[in-house]
Amino acid sequence: MNVLLDNLSLYAEGLLGTVELTVYSSLLALAIGFLMAAFRVAPVRSLRAFGTAWVTVLRNTPLTLLFFAVVLGLPRFGLVLPFKLFAILALGCYTSAFICEAVRSGINTVPTGQGEAARSLGMTFPQTLGIVVLPQAFRSVIPPIGSTLIALAKNSAIAGAFSVVELLGVYKPLNELGYSIIWTFVWIAVGYLIVTLSISAIFHVLEKHYGVAR
Amino acid sequence: MTANALYDVPGPRARTRHRAYGLAGTVVILALIGWILYLLFVTSQFTAAKWSPFTYVGIQELLLTGLANTLRAFGFAAVLSLAFGAVLATGRLSVHRPIRWLCTLIVEFFRAMPLLVMIFFIYVALQVAPLPALVAGLTLYNGSVLAEVFRSGINAVERGQGEAAYALGMRKTQVMTYVLVPQAVRAMLPAIISQLVVALKDTSLGFLITYEEFLHAGKLIASNLDYDLPFIPVVMIIAPIYIGMCMLLSWFANWVSRRQMRNPKVESAEVAAAEPGNLLPGDHQRPAL
Repeated sequence: MNVLLDNLSLYAEGLLGTVELTVYSSLLALAIGFLMAAFRVAPVRSLRAFGTAWVTVLRNTPLTLLFFAVVLGLPRFGLVLPFKLFAILALGCYTSAFICEAVRSGINTVPTGQGEAARSLGMTFPQTLGIVVLPQAFRSVIPPIGSTLIALAKNSAIAGAFSVVELLGVYKPLNELGYSIIWTFVWIAVGYLIVTLSISAIFHVLEKHYGVAR
Repeated sequence: MTANALYDVPGPRARTRHRAYGLAGTVVILALIGWILYLLFVTSQFTAAKWSPFTYVGIQELLLTGLANTLRAFGFAAVLSLAFGAVLATGRLSVHRPIRWLCTLIVEFFRAMPLLVMIFFIYVALQVAPLPALVAGLTLYNGSVLAEVFRSGINAVERGQGEAAYALGMRKTQVMTYVLVPQAVRAMLPAIISQLVVALKDTSLGFLITYEEFLHAGKLIASNLDYDLPFIPVVMIIAPIYIGMCMLLSWFANWVSRRQMRNPKVESAEVAAAEPGNLLPGDHQRPAL
């Protein structure tokens, strides 16, 4: 207990770092993921190929390798940003591949008859998309996006090893200060549980509210 | 293109328009690739000095040793997590309530914990050597996920199968081993292999606890001043190999999935998609789609 109370500010800083990383990377991942999903269902072949390549490569890339390449590689091109931005970039791009797949399979669960009915009523493409297809896809996409974002929160721990302030990195100064290392980790674990369980709770609420069994 | 609700079959005018979009898209993508290549040339990544280290046998051996260490960690982790997952799944399907609760607790805890936190805990707090620490962390995490995969596979076998076996007078162990498990494993094989892809990807975490794996070897070469810090060339060699291995395994999972769908032995269970098991924590009876 002492470890936590004595270093409350350190833990709070770490937790805040993890939350910040998670939120910003989630936004980036959702943006890129939606774009790539749009590419993958587009009627244009070159865009589809690009989306497929993006997803296939990133889904099979070890996240540590991506961090390694982004954090240490991009500066070689003269792109020098704070480590945190690099971490958000790596996490966001990595997660976007999984978001893309979730969104795409969500769109594919909408029966083709829905779109055909919408078009035969004279709806334009934006109307079909915005009023008919996406609202239905949204419902089946909530749980997979939730588990993807939980995975993102857990993956953000890797950023700590690349000198970004976040929860896992807290163990280092505490270890040097001579606190019980086991308890240090217990409280780190509790911090991560708080983050992942809150995301899980948010998505359970969303699913209860919007998710409709078809 | 797979049929979806978004478009009708395009007519002649739409096809012309799509061709125009396609051309524009191709130009943009090619420009992007060209720009990256230009950047690589401008920052002189293709100079002989940066690529010369890879002609030395010592450095090739260093890379191969790293790759072997990665595969060793993966091999241990794969076997152990399959075993651990089987044990946990058995526990979660047990008729004894305490065992069920204990196994549920273990599974839920290790699935909710970031893998890296566990690995660091084992490495730093328990003072274990890097390889066992990495393998233990991978086993705990992937074993817990695989336990859920096994369990949902067994639950997804048609109820009549188990009931018929009980009606023939089989005991629970016999029902499991002769009837349910063979069908469940066949049906879940794609998901199991996909989870092994996750394990293979996560062996790269060993880099962070100074395990001498593939990335570690790359880092050693990249930080060599004699060769003008060949970082980008190292990434250009390591990334395709690493990603290629994972792609190969993913592709294998997809192949198995397609094959099992045609297999008459899995008629009574639904073949899982070739995707790693990921559920929201606390979500249980979501059938594998």
